[in-house]
Amino acid sequence: MKTWLKILAVALIFYTIVGGFLFSVPRLNIVNETIRALYFHVPMWFGMVALFLISTIYSVQYLRNPTFNKDIFALEFATTGLVLGLLGIFTGMIWATYTWGSPWHGDPKQNGAAISLLVYLAYFVLRGSVENEDQRARLSAVYNIFAFCAMIPLIFVIPRMSSSMHPGSGGNPGFNMYDLDSRMRMVFYPAVVGWILLGIWIATLRVRVRLVNEKLLNLENE
Amino acid sequence: MQTLKHLFLKELTLELRRKSVISGLMLYLFSTAFICYLTFSLRQNQITPLVWSALFWITILFTIINTIAKSFIGEKKGRDIYYFSIASPETIIISKIIYNFLLTVILSFTGFLLFALLLKNPIADLSLFSLTIALAAMGFSASLTLLSGIAAKANNSHILMAVLSFPMVISVLLITVKVTKNCIDGLDRSVSTSDLITLLAINCVVTAASYLLFPYIWRS
Repeated sequence: MKTWLKILAVALIFYTIVGGFLFSVPRLNIVNETIRALYFHVPMWFGMVALFLISTIYSVQYLRNPTFNKDIFALEFATTGLVLGLLGIFTGMIWATYTWGSPWHGDPKQNGAAISLLVYLAYFVLRGSVENEDQRARLSAVYNIFAFCAMIPLIFVIPRMSSSMHPGSGGNPGFNMYDLDSRMRMVFYPAVVGWILLGIWIATLRVRVRLVNEKLLNLENE
Repeated sequence: MQTLKHLFLKELTLELRRKSVISGLMLYLFSTAFICYLTFSLRQNQITPLVWSALFWITILFTIINTIAKSFIGEKKGRDIYYFSIASPETIIISKIIYNFLLTVILSFTGFLLFALLLKNPIADLSLFSLTIALAAMGFSASLTLLSGIAAKANNSHILMAVLSFPMVISVLLITVKVTKNCIDGLDRSVSTSDLITLLAINCVVTAASYLLFPYIWRS
């Protein structure tokens, strides 16, 4: 990752934290000040989907032209995406405690998100249960692509069809209509970009650690 | 096309020759339905339509996972190489999906008959429910056949099959359960149309993904 992107990521997240807590927000019933959670909860999901997408792209590339590195990239982007997804669930649960009354509400989007995390957890189980390295890489690449296809309807399609308390579902207005007046946009969009960049940064760091470990292992074997 | 037909017929003849597998599955289905019946016969009026729907889909789901799991896990080692030499992987997966679809539909309808016989039949709109079963069977067979192929290549494949398949079929299952509720309530068909179209769309995506991805599993 380029250095200026890293600096940008740090700057954007710093800006999000300061702006997210201090800038003025619209007063809405029930939500009140908790609307600030939007800057932290929603970007987690954007980040998760972005990282899973990158992971899927690496898996596709692996299948077209198998090299060891691409498999590691796919794995680490999926891991980091999963972490962001977990953070998204937890931040959502905190937010739900104060607005909906309890952390787990059986909201269709909440359930869909939990299931899609299960889909990706199964990806790691699959990786753990195949011994042969080439085979593990190929099978998990296939599963990864399949998992991405399964995640899309769970998060983006089904919740929109049933009554959900998330915006954009069951006739509720989407983002643009209800809260994102220009003041919130000023923090929200930078937050999304910042968290995605941070996720990519973490993932590439993990990839590098893994590649170095692999190199050390090869040296020891020689 | 010719190979596709031959492979499909081969699956069918094999199944009819060793009847133990299919009769085993039928027995599995029957025992599960019977356990549900016995449990609820203690207090007959306890089984509300929603409980019926939950029991029905759980039974069907488990039976189908067991059915489809055997499509690759049961194959003998050397036979893979033989198939590899005579047919392209695309034909193999398509023939398996069609065959599994047939088997799934038969098992689901048998399950429905058993449930209607032993418990009761809360479904008001039968033809819509049949369509739902067929669409669900399509989604199950497409996604589970590919996963069975993946699981067959790994160790302890039966556990893996369960772990991989549950999250995958849930999106299909969520919609079918919703439509089942509509069928039970006898709601107007226009209410369920959009759900069924979504189900069909998911099926298409899953089938296309299986078709495209299977050659990569097969090669190893």
